[in-house]
Amino acid sequence: MARKISIRQALNEALDQEMARDPTVFVMGEDIVGGMGGDGDKDAWGGVLGVTKGLYAKYGDRLLDTPLSESAYIGAAVGAAACGMRPVAELMFIDFMGVCFDEIFNQAAKFKYMFGGKAETPVVIRTMIGGGFRAAAQHSQVLTPLFTHIPGLKVVVPSNAYDAKGLLIQSIRDNDPVIFCEHKNLYGHESDVPQESYTIPFGEANVVREGKHVTIVTYGMMVHRALDAAALLAKDKVECEVIDLRTLSPIDWDTVLESVENTGRLVCVDEAHPRCSIASDVSAKVSQEAFKALKAGIQMVTAPHTPVPFSPALEDLYLPSAEKIASAARKTMAN
Amino acid sequence: MSEKRIIPIVMPKWGLSMEEGKVTSWLMKDGDQVKVGDQILEVETDKIAGAVEASDAGILRRRIGQADTIYPIKTLIGVVADADVPDSDIDEFVSSYVVPAAEEGEDETGPRYDFIDTAAGRLRYIKRGTADNIVLLIHGFGGDLDNWLFNADAFAEKATVYALDLPGHGQSTKTLGDPTVAGLARAVLGFMDAVKVDKAHLVGHSLGGAIAIEIARTNKNRVKSLNLISTAGLGPDINMDFIGGFVAAASRRDLKPVLENLFADGSLVSRQMVDDLLKYKRLDGVGDALAALKDGVFAGGQQATNLSAALKSSGVPALVIWGAQDKIIPVQHAKAAAGAKVEIIEGAGHMVQMEQAGKINSLIKAMVGG
Repeated sequence: MARKISIRQALNEALDQEMARDPTVFVMGEDIVGGMGGDGDKDAWGGVLGVTKGLYAKYGDRLLDTPLSESAYIGAAVGAAACGMRPVAELMFIDFMGVCFDEIFNQAAKFKYMFGGKAETPVVIRTMIGGGFRAAAQHSQVLTPLFTHIPGLKVVVPSNAYDAKGLLIQSIRDNDPVIFCEHKNLYGHESDVPQESYTIPFGEANVVREGKHVTIVTYGMMVHRALDAAALLAKDKVECEVIDLRTLSPIDWDTVLESVENTGRLVCVDEAHPRCSIASDVSAKVSQEAFKALKAGIQMVTAPHTPVPFSPALEDLYLPSAEKIASAARKTMAN
Repeated sequence: MSEKRIIPIVMPKWGLSMEEGKVTSWLMKDGDQVKVGDQILEVETDKIAGAVEASDAGILRRRIGQADTIYPIKTLIGVVADADVPDSDIDEFVSSYVVPAAEEGEDETGPRYDFIDTAAGRLRYIKRGTADNIVLLIHGFGGDLDNWLFNADAFAEKATVYALDLPGHGQSTKTLGDPTVAGLARAVLGFMDAVKVDKAHLVGHSLGGAIAIEIARTNKNRVKSLNLISTAGLGPDINMDFIGGFVAAASRRDLKPVLENLFADGSLVSRQMVDDLLKYKRLDGVGDALAALKDGVFAGGQQATNLSAALKSSGVPALVIWGAQDKIIPVQHAKAAAGAKVEIIEGAGHMVQMEQAGKINSLIKAMVGG
């Protein structure tokens, strides 16, 4: 495992290997080829942040540049999935998902249930989430809780390149609709990634750091902020256990509860807004199931209940920082 | 007076990926007499804990590494010297100590492992040392060449060491042509052909031991000696709960208790060890390969191949090492190794070469010479 690649490369490799393995896999989205389609250099762009670069040259018409109509092509992807294909649709920003809620919430998420298990919808919708990119209020949100609310959808948020490849391959092979969320500030993040294909099962959190005093539960870019906070706290001899949920639906309650039973303290970190968030969800579950293990009140560190500001200074304040996470952890240690 | 011997104790590098280690505790104190092979202090890496052993004799003069502190590899953590070396010389040695630069091939960006195409497919391996005397390390079921983390460099002091990932394992091909001891033995012979090794000392662990005996049975002219650690092939018994559990486990929670069976001290199973094995098990093809091996090598819930007669009749010098607390293959199987030198190691389970590395290294080094 000597090879380090970025999340961007890991996603590209996952798509490449699955397209080579399974002829029913195809990719569609806005600008994923590079405009009008064509030979050679025409695919130089490979999507707004270059994830699909080079695939058009290999797989040609199995990459479809779509019109700027999310409801149309997400609907097409859902329909193709119901008919036996395995489409991977790239919906540039999760912020644009609203225009195709019916296709996702009422169609893709309901087929298996409403047809008594006879219909399957193996569609993957890849989309970018997150702030810190100076992209303003309509291109910076973390709307993951909207999708975890819907039964029938799976929601995946990798925080590193190893997980990105294994989770995307699992998403493509999975027979249910998957909302695959990529943090736009993490595409360059590198880690050791095997060349071979592999899958990471859904519903298995990753304990990225072990510790006995405080449990920090989070996902996506906040995993890295939580690790920074844990490093700060280690200087004061406070040992944090950092849990990367990896998949939000299904969610690995066992790992969270086991950890809190050991530490007795919980900090939930979420880049989404605080109300009805992953942080509030985890807090509620731990209160219900592990109340007796808690030695202090649960802390949440989230973005505020406001749109993401465009001002860089304000956006930096808006996002949960390592210092805020460390300070929340110290509050749980106070009593 | 430059002849006075001052010997640095440095943070060791156990395996290719180790970059730093934590001093957990000192097993000796300043002024203690140190013999070669004595355990001086304990070090923990993200993979496993182990003891740092003395490479030279003398007096432990300085304990520099602090307990519960992490140091990069090669950092000076202690000093051994003769009694007549003045303290001032040791102060001078410590203050002027320079961590050696990376050796050629150690470059982080350079290749750490090699791959070669063989009759059985593409296999990963490492090669250490340059001597004519060749030692080949063969891991067991579900293992890989990193099982020799604490051994490969020790053997390479006086020999050329090869360690490979068997087909279906590590980063080698996941396709198994013939999932039996005989099939794997042919794959290892094919590897020896590919790397142009005519004859070698074979060191085999568990299933790798059975493979080594099978090679001696069919091609004894290519085997200088057999060094068999907790070996398969000497009796019918095998812990099928372990084999089945290993094949089936898909999560950390399921795998960790299974792996604890491998050691006398189950706490040696670290998070990183479990994660690394899960990463291997998730690779496409591994599930099928392990299931095929389980059915081929352990057909009917027992070891399908008994090679104790072959071991005896091969006439190849043989050393059999067993962990007294082996929970995978019973230590009683060592009795079937007629004609071999047998060593039972206390304080070790199935992974003797990890749990009691120092003892295994000196036993095998004595066997393979140099």
